[in-house]
Amino acid sequence: MKDINLIKQPLTLRFSSYFFLIFWCIVAAFPIFWISVISVKLPLDAFNSNALNVIFGPGTLSQGKGLSFIDISVGLAVILFTAKLTTGWLGRKVNQYSPKGYVGVGWIIGSMTFGISFIVVFFAIMPSILSVLNEYTGLLGNNIIGFSTEHYSTVWFERDFINNFKNSLLVTTGVVTISLTFGTLAGYGLARSGSNLAFWILIIALVFRALPHSVLVTGYLPFFINSAEILRPIFGDAAPTFYGMPWATVAVLVAINQPFTIWMLRSFFQSIPAELDEAARVDGCSHFQAFRRVIMPVMWPGVITTGLFSFLLAYNDFLVTSMLLEAQNTTMVPAIASMFNMETTTTDQVVAVAAAVSIIAPLFFLVMFFQRQIVSGLTAGAVKG
Amino acid sequence: MNQKTFFAFIGPSVLMMVLFIALPLATVLKQSFYQTQSVYETLEVETCSPTFTGQVCVKEIKTIPIIGNNGKVITQTNYVGLSNYQNVLEFPRVIAAFANNSWHEFMLIDFWKALRFTLTFTLITLPLVLFFGLLIALCINNVAKSIRGPVIFVSLLPMIITPVIGALAIRWLFIGDGILTSFLEWWLVKDISMFAQAWTIEFMMTFYRVWHVAPFAAIVFYAGLQTVNKDTIESAIIDGASRWQKLRYVIIPHLMPLIIFVTLIHLMDAYRVFEEVVGFSSQAHVISLQWLTYDFLTADLMGNRSIGRASASSMLTMIGITLLLIPVLRGVWNDYKGKRL
Repeated sequence: MKDINLIKQPLTLRFSSYFFLIFWCIVAAFPIFWISVISVKLPLDAFNSNALNVIFGPGTLSQGKGLSFIDISVGLAVILFTAKLTTGWLGRKVNQYSPKGYVGVGWIIGSMTFGISFIVVFFAIMPSILSVLNEYTGLLGNNIIGFSTEHYSTVWFERDFINNFKNSLLVTTGVVTISLTFGTLAGYGLARSGSNLAFWILIIALVFRALPHSVLVTGYLPFFINSAEILRPIFGDAAPTFYGMPWATVAVLVAINQPFTIWMLRSFFQSIPAELDEAARVDGCSHFQAFRRVIMPVMWPGVITTGLFSFLLAYNDFLVTSMLLEAQNTTMVPAIASMFNMETTTTDQVVAVAAAVSIIAPLFFLVMFFQRQIVSGLTAGAVKG
Repeated sequence: MNQKTFFAFIGPSVLMMVLFIALPLATVLKQSFYQTQSVYETLEVETCSPTFTGQVCVKEIKTIPIIGNNGKVITQTNYVGLSNYQNVLEFPRVIAAFANNSWHEFMLIDFWKALRFTLTFTLITLPLVLFFGLLIALCINNVAKSIRGPVIFVSLLPMIITPVIGALAIRWLFIGDGILTSFLEWWLVKDISMFAQAWTIEFMMTFYRVWHVAPFAAIVFYAGLQTVNKDTIESAIIDGASRWQKLRYVIIPHLMPLIIFVTLIHLMDAYRVFEEVVGFSSQAHVISLQWLTYDFLTADLMGNRSIGRASASSMLTMIGITLLLIPVLRGVWNDYKGKRL
């Protein structure tokens, strides 16, 4: 009992820890919270210098666009309920229904179905039910906070953001699948080999990870622009021009990502005891069979985590995609750059804000679903280092 | 695992890295010694215009690019030696600036301006990230278990947010009469514009980067704190160590490998600062090395890209990061040799 007393913190230290954490959480969340608030206000309110006007949006309200008490409470209830489901229920269902050894695939399918059904319920079914409810509830149904989704519809339907979204989807899917396929094999090989060569490959990969991305892009750009002429002797007239092709940027992003992927997967494989595949080898498996039958079923946590980080790299990339794709046909992040650079009117600015929020919304859900995996990924790379 | 299976496992990945990383690097090195230019021809053009007194004809010698059969301007690539590097480094201007003893004039040269910002940015954010990361980690470790989860959730948000958008989010707080600018104006009772001079922009960039990276450091350190040996701490307390001494002599040495890891990752990432320049649209005041290369690569109004100069600045950028990382990598190497002995 004595040692517990010794380790116990004095009250002031405890109190200041709480105080600092509250302060940090506000600093961490405020900019993100703020752009989401701005994005649903008309320009008059969005860039108002009075913070209360921005939050409550009197200008937006006077146009008859707003949320009532009922809207807000139902919306919050749906969000909280979803959060509750994602943390426990979804995981159990996925584990229950996915076939053995394919839990990773199960997670991907499960979270996608879940995400899509949430979007349908939240953006299509809920508003129509609420509009009926608001008419019959009198005072509670009156609008109290300015709220308008018109900038979102401008972004997604008039500015053709859907096309950018498709490109992002194509690029991220490609990057994640290809990096993981190559990365798991290499990571396993490196984890199970103690040779000097393995060490040097890892060090070279580390040096490659340090490369500024612009260096690689400088190497790719001339080839991408002239690829039709360079490849003509091999492919004839069918030789493609790589510049402006989303799938060609996949190759670049996979290459940028590969050093990180093999480092991370290696540390995950090191945490799987080598006795496991040795046992399989004694039973007469070859290395590849041992990998496929013994390692693959237990490697999914590491693969999911590494996949998450590959996804983030591809999704968040600005430099590579903006340089190698044409301005009319980019992924989402470079598309937003053209929006805020052009901001001639305040409406354009708010539209750019709405686009920004549209881009980060999936990331928000990603953290909600995969918080544990992200944390374990950050620490796995570090602790084994 | 024998050599053959080892190669079978790592082969695809290594081949890809050679093809898609090493080969482009070699191309960049080669390109930095070459320059592609349009081929020009000089023509004597006679233009005649009618006047009252008759035709007046003017003969001019014009230089125009030759257009090939496919309608594109014909270009040719020549070996130019180190002239791309000279164009980037601009030594005559550097010498002139030093002769005038003028730091301001020196800072007008793009490359040196970018280098100055990249290095100060990297070296200023590093201690801040380590400090705040450690502080957040210690605080999380200090509070009740039930609120650690939510705090980590909120902390992850700045880390995984798209960098350009994170920078934009901060920019929208300050731009024009943004709420933080108006708050500062009300507090300091003077007119403030955060985007009119370099140092305020650099301050916002630094703030953004610390906000973006500190959570990563915090989570790594927090994981490290879970493995601190309880017995060592207890014996330190019994020996009468103060709270500060405990931190200084037990906890920080325990976290040292993690501190080196975060330092390594942060040096790599902060050195390629780029998204901040885009997000804060700071190119008029502040530019970074990556942005400089990006700018060379961007097509100008005529559709020309200065590939040669971009390659030269890429090579210089690469030399910079190598020099920066040598001390850290040497530590890793010594550690590895130590383990094997």
